[in-house]
Amino acid sequence: MIWNEARECMSRDEMANMQGARLRKLVSNVYHNVEFYRKKMQEMGLEPGDIKGIEDITKLPFTTKNDLRDNYPFGLLAVPQSQIVRVHASSGTTGKATVVSYTRRDIEAWQECVARDLVMCGVTKDDLIQVAYGYGLFTGGLGLHYGAENLGCMTVPMSTGNTKRLVTMMEDFGATAIACTPSYLLHIAEVIEEMGLRDKLKLKTAICGAEPWTEKMRLQIEEKLGINAHDIYGLSEVCGPGVACDCSFHKGLHIQEDHFFAEIVDKETLNPLGDGQVGELVFTTLTKEGMPLLRYRTKDLTSIDHSKCECGRTTPRISKFKGRSDDMLIIRGVNVFPSQVETALLEIEGVSPHYQMIVDRVNNLDTLEVQVEVDENVFSDEIREMENLTKKISAALQSALLIAVKVKLVEPRTLDRFEGKSKRVIDKRTFED
Amino acid sequence: MYLKQLTVFLENREGRLDNVTDVLAKNNINIVCLSLADTSEYGVIRMIVSDPEKAKAVLKEAGCLARLTDVLAISMEQKAGSLNRLTKIITEEGINIEYMYTLNSSREAGSMIIKCSDIDKGYEAVKKANLTLVDPETAYAM
Ligand SMILES: [Zn+2]
Repeated sequence: MIWNEARECMSRDEMANMQGARLRKLVSNVYHNVEFYRKKMQEMGLEPGDIKGIEDITKLPFTTKNDLRDNYPFGLLAVPQSQIVRVHASSGTTGKATVVSYTRRDIEAWQECVARDLVMCGVTKDDLIQVAYGYGLFTGGLGLHYGAENLGCMTVPMSTGNTKRLVTMMEDFGATAIACTPSYLLHIAEVIEEMGLRDKLKLKTAICGAEPWTEKMRLQIEEKLGINAHDIYGLSEVCGPGVACDCSFHKGLHIQEDHFFAEIVDKETLNPLGDGQVGELVFTTLTKEGMPLLRYRTKDLTSIDHSKCECGRTTPRISKFKGRSDDMLIIRGVNVFPSQVETALLEIEGVSPHYQMIVDRVNNLDTLEVQVEVDENVFSDEIREMENLTKKISAALQSALLIAVKVKLVEPRTLDRFEGKSKRVIDKRTFED
Repeated sequence: MYLKQLTVFLENREGRLDNVTDVLAKNNINIVCLSLADTSEYGVIRMIVSDPEKAKAVLKEAGCLARLTDVLAISMEQKAGSLNRLTKIITEEGINIEYMYTLNSSREAGSMIIKCSDIDKGYEAVKKANLTLVDPETAYAM
């Protein structure tokens, strides 16, 4: 089944024509309505008329996460604020969040993309889907929810948290699909086993995303639960989940490229790379109204394949992610930057900014331990004082990162120093097959 | 009039305590008495040593986190109720005992190390009750 054959199976030429027309309109729109882009283009001596087709996209300026932060919260809007109907946000590299605004049409385009992806995963309107992503500023919950409703699924907004209740409802309602992070699904699988319900469930499809996972883990999930598991990709800056998804052939994730034009560029030189070459994934939001972005650098490293897929779709496919070109971590689906930890620690009086983050996966759930070196300023002979300090640090980190953090106090100068500086992150999770 | 207690932070890792005693031994510093307070993650080791200032300096050099804390050392009779008498005096003055441990003990007499929430008030209370304080130099030489 294909949700929108006209778009998803369009010939490459037709697609390029359509993208060209959309890009011309987009460039003229941001030139006239977004000061940030007008200035950038003027600095480069570029006028909207210089962009004639999609192949001219490489002439346009890049956009980075820092640009979003500098224009926090609504500086990059291309429409009056009154036309915005929704706002989402994700963590920024420092204290400020990255905010994204949507018009009604942006929400419609988003739910169209998610519906296409769900159908790609084999979901139909007769399915009953549990959405077990967080609902809120995070795009996961509401993104999948609107897409599933758009498709016509019976949609259950579970959100995250109470896994036993989720499994009970999965049985009682006869849920046939679930959307959540892959690590959470593995945890759910264990609870299902504990409750002895595996044979009583009707679950057949899982749509997982928001964190990197391996093909091995996908197969493990499929085998454990006797279902089909698919990888859905998205980032809030561009829209949220639904930007790309893998079909039943699992040979890369199909990009909804009539909405999101993808380029792969060399992470150092930023020069465009050809099919099969690994580089940084860059998106241009061809149809967005609220906060359109030109050549947004995702920092995700991958490669692209424009050949026609066995499933019949002509949309290009990106391979599973090979890593990131920055130090962002995804922990329980939440974006975490080491700089956030540093900023939070520096705000606590007397605490040294020498820390190390230990990321691990225990019982299929991501864990974060932050080890902080104790120094003379905060060291006390009383255990109670030390415990208060631990509590204070974990509360500060939790409110900065929005995930639970275990704090461990360690002796001074014991954390590995790397070229004179601490090695900030030890990620024990494996994403390689 | 107050004793300098040597306090050292220890991670619960193999060989950490060994490292501390090693440094002290190599520098010819005697450990008179010691008490260890620990959590699952780390411990705080409190000691009365023969030369607290030197001990702190050599430990610091060895990369340990050490500090000196003022505590009281009080002589006690070796008979029933003497510890109770001491704690009563202290609490009656509205002072908290943060922790205490034995400095030394023999058949005839013993002495305790006490960390009070307010050491000056603790000192006054002990004096008022006619209890005998152990002189720091005596304690270090025990
Ligand atoms: Zn396909």
